[in-house]
Amino acid sequence: MSVPVLAKPQLRGLLAKRLRIHIIAAFALSLGCATIYKFAVAEPRKKVYQNFYRRYDAVKDFEEMSQAGIFQYGKP
Amino acid sequence: MLATRVFGLVGRRAISTSACVRSHAGVVKTEDYSLPGYVDRRDYPLPDVAHVRTLSSSQKALKEKEKQPWSKLSSEEKVQLYHIKFNETFAKMNQSSNEWKTVIGAAMFFIGFSGLIVIWNKHYVYGPLPQTFSEEWVSMQTQRMLDMKVNPVQGFSAKWDYDKKEWKK
Repeated sequence: MSVPVLAKPQLRGLLAKRLRIHIIAAFALSLGCATIYKFAVAEPRKKVYQNFYRRYDAVKDFEEMSQAGIFQYGKP
Repeated sequence: MLATRVFGLVGRRAISTSACVRSHAGVVKTEDYSLPGYVDRRDYPLPDVAHVRTLSSSQKALKEKEKQPWSKLSSEEKVQLYHIKFNETFAKMNQSSNEWKTVIGAAMFFIGFSGLIVIWNKHYVYGPLPQTFSEEWVSMQTQRMLDMKVNPVQGFSAKWDYDKKEWKK
């Protein structure tokens, strides 16, 4: 034969090859989303709550609410 | 014994039915939609039948000429032979159109018309808003929410400055 033989094309495992990329991307994206959520939403929220409750006085809070007159029992 | 009897009856009926069908074939016309049809589809490139069913005399002559070496056919004859077999070329079949503009335009028009209906409803059909929507009621409501310290950590009351009695900047 004078014509050079073509290389045999990839016949099997095409879907698996395509899906491998997608599986890696899915893992990376979901881990990324979880990390971003943790550091952008969850941690700041925990800090805000910690700060709020550090100086929180429940009795004083109750007195203020009672003075404002929102309770139906025991009016000042 | 009984089983063979039953089988005999079934077999006889099956044979008589097929005999009926065979004799009926010349009487009932087969409708076009029950026969293989022609389609112009990108995902079905070689349809079940040719586009032209009954050839005219010139087309018949062309088909005879097709039996000779094809180098004798001119370009127009080749295109004619193509169109005997196929209706539209792939290029023509796959052509996009401007129909989407009409669709979007009509959809927007009808949405706009629904907007007019909504306005008419508000004006002629609905009664007045409840008093709880008035300016003064809403301000009384807001003050009560702040007194109750609704969502004091991150939400509503967290945005109110209780010392200066104003919204936090």
